[in-house]
Amino acid sequence: MKTIYLDNNATTQVDPAVFDAIKPYFTELYGNPSSMHRFGGQVGVEIKKARAAVASLLNCLPEEILFTSCGSESDNTAIRSALTAFPEKRHIITTAVEHPAVLSFCKFLEKKDGYEVTYLGTDEHGRLDMEEYKAAIRPDTAIVSIMWANNETGNIYPIKEMAQIAKDHDVLFHTDAVQAVGKVPIDLKDVPVDMLALSGHKLHAPKGVGALYVRKRTPFRPFLIGGHQEGSRRAGTENTTGIIALGTACELAQKNMNEENTRVRALRDKLENGLLSAVPNSILNGDKENRLPNTANISFGYVEGEAILLMIDQVGIAASSGSACTSGSLEPSHVLRAMDVPFTFAHGSIRFSLSRFNTEEEIDFVLETLPPIIKNLRKLSPFSPEKQGLGL
Amino acid sequence: MWEYTDKVKDHFLNPRNVGILEDADGVGEVGSLACGDALTLYIKVHDNIITDAKFQTFGCASAIASSSALTELLIGKPVEEAEKLTNKDIAEYLGGLPREKMHCSVMGQEALEQAFKNMRGEAPPQAEHSHEGELICECFGIFDEEILRAIKENNLQTVEDITNFTKAGGGCGKCIEDLEKLLAQAKGESVCETPSSEPAFPAQGMTNIQRMHLIESVIDNDVRPPLQADGGDIKLVDIDGNEVVVQFLGMCSGCPSSQATLHNLVATKLNEKVDPDLIVREV
Repeated sequence: MKTIYLDNNATTQVDPAVFDAIKPYFTELYGNPSSMHRFGGQVGVEIKKARAAVASLLNCLPEEILFTSCGSESDNTAIRSALTAFPEKRHIITTAVEHPAVLSFCKFLEKKDGYEVTYLGTDEHGRLDMEEYKAAIRPDTAIVSIMWANNETGNIYPIKEMAQIAKDHDVLFHTDAVQAVGKVPIDLKDVPVDMLALSGHKLHAPKGVGALYVRKRTPFRPFLIGGHQEGSRRAGTENTTGIIALGTACELAQKNMNEENTRVRALRDKLENGLLSAVPNSILNGDKENRLPNTANISFGYVEGEAILLMIDQVGIAASSGSACTSGSLEPSHVLRAMDVPFTFAHGSIRFSLSRFNTEEEIDFVLETLPPIIKNLRKLSPFSPEKQGLGL
Repeated sequence: MWEYTDKVKDHFLNPRNVGILEDADGVGEVGSLACGDALTLYIKVHDNIITDAKFQTFGCASAIASSSALTELLIGKPVEEAEKLTNKDIAEYLGGLPREKMHCSVMGQEALEQAFKNMRGEAPPQAEHSHEGELICECFGIFDEEILRAIKENNLQTVEDITNFTKAGGGCGKCIEDLEKLLAQAKGESVCETPSSEPAFPAQGMTNIQRMHLIESVIDNDVRPPLQADGGDIKLVDIDGNEVVVQFLGMCSGCPSSQATLHNLVATKLNEKVDPDLIVREV
């Protein structure tokens, strides 16, 4: 059975061109890039090229990129660096809808280290309130950390404006851009963020590699201390194959950006509109206008997300759910709860996230098979819109 | 993804006895949309034998499989035997459930008890919520008696176990301390009550800002969840001295019972958890 993979915000297929590019660095060109000899030095050259490729995608300087092991490490490093650089500042601003890489870390800092954290709320579409944000900034705010795009809804936040406000208040601004990099244009000459996190496996590089952009002259304190790799900003022998893969993936992302924003968006819209019109009592979660081109988060009322996921898995469709059961907790997604999505819908949310490898035939198959599955699950359920009207 | 046995998968993908028994002798309803799972169980009894059982379930794979398994276990059984069925029997029939999903089997047991009560005219089809005990988990509406029973019947050892079996503690987490006490109580340990040094009311001695934060927190944690469960919501508009001004949203705005909600829920919680002198007004 063919898998129709619509879970690209979780992870992506390694692009075959990326895989080809890194193969020799596992077997033939395995030198340590820090070595003095040519055998290692030639690998160092490839890392330099990869750094330039990442910088080119973000329109920043190569020396502003440091490679890490993942998006979470990049996020943690950025926040920890700001707190270490300004020990007298004890306040952090973030949002209630961040990825756990930021949210859990902030909760940890709050509980264990006594930092004060302001979690900005959202409206029902997941949008932030700029007035609430401005009012939250304090003289002792060490860092603002706001995601560029939300992993569950795809919502894109006004990062340029928010970073400028932080800058005006002389506060460092970090953005978790893991979901945005490679999908939407990012120009760091135009957007005054101080630090930006990205992850390789979200843009068709393998898992286990990430990067952190640190704007020149930003106060920075390394998280990993040891050797002199990455200009002494992140110790540890480089994950050479991962880094070279990330560089290649960034080159491809730059080349394919137009497709992400046209063909993939059109497929996403076809899927979204098709499902919303075929399945009564289904709603779109998130900001319809201001969203990643690949993401559609749809709630099917009166059915539970895990049940939907396992049913569609039977026919080869892979997606994701914000339901409680799939998150391992008993409460549905913190993002949907922050948006006050009614329980009627919050438990039945499914996230479809596409990539440039998806085809129209796949979307047609989903449109054909998913609505009857929802219908069958609703037949099983004691709830229905009609029964709700009766007060059940 | 949860690891399910082949039997759980089979009962989820091919659930047995789905539907409504129009002429049921007993109907049991447990759970809710807000909780994320709910079951309506119908039983038909003839000559003291359960001749038919059907169900409707809203929930995950294990909730559906547990309901299906329950009906299979019931059909053909004498009432006396069926009454002895527990959540463990349901889980065992399915070849086991992930520990995090044991509450699905407990839901089956509770629905069965409700159905028998309904059959005997002791309860309406919809589960009664008039517990004599103390409400411990406000997120999921779980009372101490249910928790103590689950601890005893399933030999639960940790708070995590309690959450897995009853859902209590799986929401905001505020009741974790109470769950620890119940666990100690069930194990027969004496719970040392520290001498009360509590102020006359919680907000006593607080600054205005602290008092405002407490009001916000009580609204967020104690008032909002039950309103949202019914499709409504509440917004804190203003705090002026002892007057708290709120606005009802969603289903609560325009609800004929909104004044009762204002008095019985909003004002009661704020008086109890912040200051007995607070007056709540709706705009």
